[in-house]
Parts: sequence; C-alpha cells; structure tokens
Amino acid sequence: MNITETRKAAAEIRKLTIAAMQSAGYGHIGGSMSIADVLAVLYTDIMRVDPKNPRDPNRDWLVLSKGHCAPGLCAALAHKGYFPKEEVLTLNQNGTRLPSHCDRLKTPGVDISTGSLGQGISMASGVALGNAMQGINSHVYVILGDGELNEGQNWETAQFLAHRQMDNITVIVDANQRQLDGYTEDVCKQFDIAEKFRAFGLHTLECDGHDVRALHDALVQKPAVLVMHTEKGHGCNFAEIPGFNHYMVITDDMARAACEEIDRRLTA
Amino acid sequence: MTYPLEQIKLDTVELRAAYCAALIAAAEQNDRIVAVDADVQFSMGTKPFYEKFPRRGVNCGIMEAHAVGMCAGMSATGLVPFFHAFGVFATRRAFDQIFLACAYQDLNVKLIGGDAGVTATMNGGTHMPLEDMGLMRTIPGATIIEPADAAMLPAAVQHMASTWGVHYMRSSRRNAMRVYRDDAQFTIGKANVLARGSEVCIIACGIMVYEALRAHAMLAQQGIRATVLDMHTIKPIDEAAVIHAAMACGAVVTAENHNAMSGLGSAVAEVLVEHCPVPMERVGVFEQFGEVGTQGYLQEKFGLTGEEIARKAIKAMGRK
Repeated sequence: MNITETRKAAAEIRKLTIAAMQSAGYGHIGGSMSIADVLAVLYTDIMRVDPKNPRDPNRDWLVLSKGHCAPGLCAALAHKGYFPKEEVLTLNQNGTRLPSHCDRLKTPGVDISTGSLGQGISMASGVALGNAMQGINSHVYVILGDGELNEGQNWETAQFLAHRQMDNITVIVDANQRQLDGYTEDVCKQFDIAEKFRAFGLHTLECDGHDVRALHDALVQKPAVLVMHTEKGHGCNFAEIPGFNHYMVITDDMARAACEEIDRRLTA
Repeated sequence: MTYPLEQIKLDTVELRAAYCAALIAAAEQNDRIVAVDADVQFSMGTKPFYEKFPRRGVNCGIMEAHAVGMCAGMSATGLVPFFHAFGVFATRRAFDQIFLACAYQDLNVKLIGGDAGVTATMNGGTHMPLEDMGLMRTIPGATIIEPADAAMLPAAVQHMASTWGVHYMRSSRRNAMRVYRDDAQFTIGKANVLARGSEVCIIACGIMVYEALRAHAMLAQQGIRATVLDMHTIKPIDEAAVIHAAMACGAVVTAENHNAMSGLGSAVAEVLVEHCPVPMERVGVFEQFGEVGTQGYLQEKFGLTGEEIARKAIKAMGRK
C-alpha cells in the first residue's frame, strides 16, 4: 500500500461526506467520520471492485450495516469513480440516487440496502454463502456499529458464521463507543466486544481504526472479525466533541472550516 | 376440475410431502434453487431435499431473523432461496427482515409457512398463524398463495420458482381434503371457478375451499344457486373475478382460515367497495387468538365451517 495515497483518500472521503451533508444541511456526521479511514483502505488497497462494472459477480462486496452512514460510503464510491464527485451534493434531494441510508437499487456501487440495524451481518453472510455455493472467489466485508451490536440478530449470525467456519467474510466493528443516545457504556454496556466474538471461536483482531497502515495489515489477514477502535466524529473538527454528534446541522461556515482543517492535518 | 362433493376425501398424500417433491422437481430444473430451514426440517418435510441436494440446503438453526436476512444475501448473488418455518415464524417473527432485506431491495426470496391457521392444532395459540396473510399483504409487490390441496400446491411452487420476487405460501403440513382432480389447472393470480350460480358468491382459500363446496351443497338444498371461487392467490387478488362474480350474484361471502381482518375478506372488500359495492359477509376468526384443539374442534369454535358460510351467505343475500 501507499500510505500517503490512502491517507489522501481518507481525507477526500471526509471532505466529500461533509460537502454532501452541507448541501443537505444536516447529516449523520459522527458515524460517517469514524468509518472514513477503513473505507479508504478497503476501496484503495483491499477490495477487488470495478467502478465500471458495479454488479460484477466476481467482485468483493461491502455491506455497510450501519446504513445511516451511507453518506460516508457514497463519498468513498464517488472517490473511487462509481459516479461523479459532484453528485454527492444531491444527497437526500428529491429524486436523488444518493439517499442517506444505503440503497442498492439507487446508488451505483452499493451492494446491499441497509437501515434497520442488525440486519447487515445476516445479509452479508448470505452473500458470502451464496458466493461459496456457486464457487465464486470473492470476499465480503460488512461494517457494523458498536451500538448496533445491541441488536440480537448480530449474535445469531455470529454463531452461524462460527458454526460454518466461513472464510470469505470479514465483520468489521466500528467501535466508536457511542450510539445515538450517548456513550455505549451508559446506554447498554458492550463489555469486551472482541472477546465476545472470540468466545464464538471467531478469529478476531483489533486495531486503531484511524491508522490506515494498521487497518491494512489487519484486513490483509482476512480475519473473521476486526474490531477497530475509533472516535465518533474523528477528523471533522466540529464533530470531535464529547456531546451529541450523532446527527448534526451543518452550516457552510462549519463545513468550510472543517475541510480546511482536514487539509491542514493531512500535510502536517 | 374438482371431484363431486361426495367423492372428496382426506388425501393420502401429506401436503409437506407434495411440497418437497415439487421443490425437488423445481430444483432439478434450476440449479440456483436452494433450501433454507430454521430447525424444523422434520416438521416441514424438507429432509428429502437435503438428501437429494446435500450442497444446496442450509439449516441455520433456530434463528429466523438471521435466516431470512441470509436468504436476501443469497438472492443478491443469484440464488433462489426457499425458506421454511411454521407460518408464525416465517412471517411475524422475521417481518422486518422480509420487508427490508428481501422486498425493499427487490430480491427473490420464497417463504413457506406451515401450519396455516387452525391446522396448527395441538401447538396452540403461540404457533397458530391467523395474521400472516395480513402482514404479508402490506408488503409492496409480495405475492401470497394458499393452495387448497396437494393437487394445487405444485403449481404454486412452480410459479414461485420461475417468477421473481417475494412470495409467501401458507398451507397445512398434513393431509388436506383432496378437492381437485389430478388434471386440474391453476394460474397464479387467477381464481378457479368451482361453481357458477347467480344468487350469492362464496370466495374461499386453503382449507375453506372444501367448506365452501359444502356450503354450496347446503344452499342448493334450499334452492339457492351459489358461485364458488377458489381465490388461491390472495395477493395480487383476481379483481376481475371478484367484480364479475359480485355483479352476477349481488352478494358475497368470504371464507378464510385466518383473522377476518386483513386477509382474504379484507382484500375482497377493498375490491368491492371501489368497484362493485354489494352486501358482503366474512367467515374467519374475529378478534381471537388461537388455542389448542383438534382441527375439527377449532373450525367449529371459530366458525370456519360450511354451515357458517351458508348462514352468512343467506345473511348477505338478505341485505341485497
């Protein structure tokens, strides 16, 4: 990997996400920022995908189960070339191809529609199993929120993945320690997420979710689970706050200052 | 197309056996068809499929939410999953997964719900689907089929296997009254006209088709000529058949092994009120949960009988 290029991609994804939300006037900024780096690594260095052939049956798949962070994924897809970057400004406009929850029928490059938390891991397991049953050599990545792990369906699938010993799917947990109503510790304790997956017998790694080298080195091992420790709102200065940052109103001034700060940090 | 009433007997073939044979036949034609189960393979009768195609069956264990979500993912890769569970678990338990994972993103998933309505018998109220059709009717684009017997069931399976979309088929697992002759023809979405009369129209599905034929005979004894429609496809409902029968007869009775609200009766009422308002009565379960009992006891208790259909037919005729 070229770390500089991947970090640039992450910065670009953040800026495009902020631009999209600025255009809409609001957005799920916190959780979109915490996955910006892993999206950059996946689309720059890891996944075999072709923006000109988004439905290639032999591609690698990404399921963003925390579907409310679709603006982050749309930014990554625009950066990858699935559609023009300017199109991110149509986020949630009437008739848009880019709704703010993932929609595979509307957005080129979105593999699976999501929005009802807890379902993405099951759908991803079906994609992985379907590919394996058809002899297709492909890897499936699914990104879950740590708050999302409240949903019991995740643990049904964890047991299923462990039982089947599936090796063509990696579950990535965005452990930003916050959910809509506050810190996960206060809303409903997560305990040790990695240990919970390990208790199922799933090969589980952990890394800093904002260190692109660490993310790359973990993902190339194709673990069953990667718990990436992140900060909700990371990289967007107005969202790097201890208070509510799940969903924010975003003004032109806030967006401009945040993008300038992203560029400053990239060159610092 | 049907046997004379006096020749209609309990079939020697179980519906689950007819189902599995039909699924195997479909799978022999289409190698993308796979079976998915949630720990009721024995009850649903799908074991022979797994024996025939060991690499094309997935028993997930008792996790319907996961299983239906997984079916959606499998469909996204081009497979055609058939998911089996008791009707309450195939629909109510996994409703959000059916709605969003399967239907919302236009995937091709088939849901088979066993133990329709009172055929759940000794499993009682917790296992008695009386609202599954109502739930599924609210899903845009979903198709709902309830075959009357083992002669019709393979046509439903063949249609599901060859038509894109979310389909739900509910039926009993056990032996049903064999209404249809072997050579009967079925078109999904088109009602079968089992009798033509001019005074009242009975519209039924599933086990109530036999009861409708019994009601037809009871009414005939009183000199009342009734039309009988087997509305095996509850959604999309055959509007033309409903309107035609309502115009010809001027009164309608629906009969379903389901909550009288939200299922066949509601679907027919919606057509009538918009196109051809005529007096209508419903036979079904009114504001009650299921309970344990033999099928005969439960049909009597909830009024799912030919006698009740005939009574309501006369009542509807009296409101003309």
